[in-house]
Amino acid sequence: MEKFTKLTAIAAALPMANVDTDKVIPSRFLKTIKRTGLGKYLFDPLRYNPDDGRENPEFVLNREPWRKAGILVAGDNFGCGSSREHAPWALLDFGIRAVIAPSFGDIFYNNSLKNGLLPIRLPRQTCEQLMADAAMGGNARLTIDLERQVVVRPNGEEISFDIDPFHRHLLLEGLDDIGQTMALAPAIDRFEERRRREWSWLPSTTGA
Amino acid sequence: MAGQAPRTLFDKIWDSHVVERMPDGTCLLYIDRHLVHEVTSPQAFEGLSLAGRAVRRPDATIAVADHNIPTTNRRSGIAEEDSRLQVETLEKNVAAFGVPYIPVLDDRQGIVHIIGPELGLSLPGMTIVCGDSHTSTHGALGALAFGIGTSEVEHVLATETLPQRPAKNMRVEVNGRLPAGCSAKDIILAIIGRIGTAGGTGHVIEYAGETIRALDMAGRMTVCNMSIEAGARAGLVAPDETTFSYVAGRPFAPKAEALDRAIAYWRSLPSDPGAAFDQTVSLDVSDLVPMLTWGTSPETVVPITGRVPDPDQFTDPARRASAQRMLEYMDLTPGTKMTDIPVDVVFIGSCTNSRIEDIREAARIARGRKVAPGVRALVVPGSGLIKKEAEAEGLDTMLKAAGFEWREAGCSMCLGMNPDKVPRGKRSASTSNRNFEGRQGPGARTHLLSPAMAAAAAIAGRFADVREFS
Ligand code: SF4
Repeated sequence: MEKFTKLTAIAAALPMANVDTDKVIPSRFLKTIKRTGLGKYLFDPLRYNPDDGRENPEFVLNREPWRKAGILVAGDNFGCGSSREHAPWALLDFGIRAVIAPSFGDIFYNNSLKNGLLPIRLPRQTCEQLMADAAMGGNARLTIDLERQVVVRPNGEEISFDIDPFHRHLLLEGLDDIGQTMALAPAIDRFEERRRREWSWLPSTTGA
Repeated sequence: MAGQAPRTLFDKIWDSHVVERMPDGTCLLYIDRHLVHEVTSPQAFEGLSLAGRAVRRPDATIAVADHNIPTTNRRSGIAEEDSRLQVETLEKNVAAFGVPYIPVLDDRQGIVHIIGPELGLSLPGMTIVCGDSHTSTHGALGALAFGIGTSEVEHVLATETLPQRPAKNMRVEVNGRLPAGCSAKDIILAIIGRIGTAGGTGHVIEYAGETIRALDMAGRMTVCNMSIEAGARAGLVAPDETTFSYVAGRPFAPKAEALDRAIAYWRSLPSDPGAAFDQTVSLDVSDLVPMLTWGTSPETVVPITGRVPDPDQFTDPARRASAQRMLEYMDLTPGTKMTDIPVDVVFIGSCTNSRIEDIREAARIARGRKVAPGVRALVVPGSGLIKKEAEAEGLDTMLKAAGFEWREAGCSMCLGMNPDKVPRGKRSASTSNRNFEGRQGPGARTHLLSPAMAAAAAIAGRFADVREFS
């Protein structure tokens, strides 16, 4: 996973509540066995005209300078719905490295962290201010400093955000957490030993 | 545990699966059962291969293909190339990693969340995960079951554990006698309508109260299934006699003396009296009216006796804008009576409502009646075993005589990944769980409702009050 330390980028505003993962990437594009190449399907229902597949000129990511947006500022409950990790993959493939919203779907939030996409929860009013900043496009880049846990507005104002220390560490170092867990193998072995004793009725999938 | 403070069902399952507690509160949680399907696993197996890692516990894992497979002419294979590739990739991966697999042509094949409980693979007190948000379904057994992303699938395959932060506890208490014409689906739609699609965010919901206790396992699964639509990570129902008699005799379930020991343990799981919940919501269903959705979010529920709402009734500007977009997408005019809205397609199926009980309900309404001209109606059982059972009861004959299509098991028209799709601009009455834009196919307009209500809509050719059908 790519490290996330500090990002300065154009931000795009998506002032909609409950943007579900079917809107981020519809299920018909999940028929892939790869993680890459999904950026072209990002926000398909909003980004393209359903009749001829042409770009919808109104949609923010189809307009300059937001075609090059690296940050998304969205409404409440962004990424609700399905567990598809294709949603963060599509955002990353498009070039978005951080999403700021008042709240997120739980699974989307976790999936993002595991892929180096930084989800930032900020109060709704703050998000509205950042959307106003985002509307200024290339003249008003936002900076996200994960080390210091702040979003820097174009006017220099700093807004601090929360993230759990475990994931912050993994993001800053670009680490995958499987390696971390594997270091705990002795504890897992001990747990399995106890499990065999106490819950011996637990069925195996290898024989019915 | 810690001074024996009263604990919730969730707390008990959580505590008993903690392998290691990190200083920041994150726990390494042991996973008892991992269900794998073709859509969210290829990149996980690829990750294992790249890192030279094995599957730690193939005997805790089981795989099945459900999302991509056609529901007709199963023997002639999968025509769509990318669908076929995903299923073939799964088959290659399970062979390479030694993971048990239920083949497409096996009678036990079906939707992953249907077959887990049906085969006795999902049991009370377990931790169960799957790369699919509707894993919450299995919580009906009194298990902690939640959906995970592909990176987490890889993590569980490699280590049989997941680093997780404990969720908050939410109790949804449902009381009152369920009126005729209403079902578990109406209960959960009413709950989501009340608390909204973000109402359960960060929480695990325990469903309690006399109405939940009175539900059979199928109904409890329908309720838990849609916990994710209420934003919750998982849904749970405390195991009781209904649960135990459901589990007993299932192919993988413990038997004889082992079952007795298991039941003795399961009896210790229900929330202790006085256990603290971070949030409690109560619902009285005595006056419930059959429900359906009007918009493209599961929280947009309305009773069948109601009308399409006016966006101006929403004070929050973001919500008003969403409502406007929903009405446009759904091609609905504010104030229209729900019973005046014609339907084109009816889908009875999905992990929410494709169990034998659901099919019986649909058949009861369909019996001796005819699907309205111009309406296409599908009944898709959740597993091959359900299909056989329904056929043994003659339900397929009844449904086919009424003009319904009778299909092979799979996710089918719940989502646009296999050949069963709702055409653009067509209106669908669906027993599934999501009405998002394009969910049933690009441009499809989905209304969620119960199996009986869906069957009634098929007969009437428009949404209809099922209470007038009995
Ligand atoms: S039936 Fe629908 S919701 Fe259930 S697993 Fe299949 S696609 Fe997902």
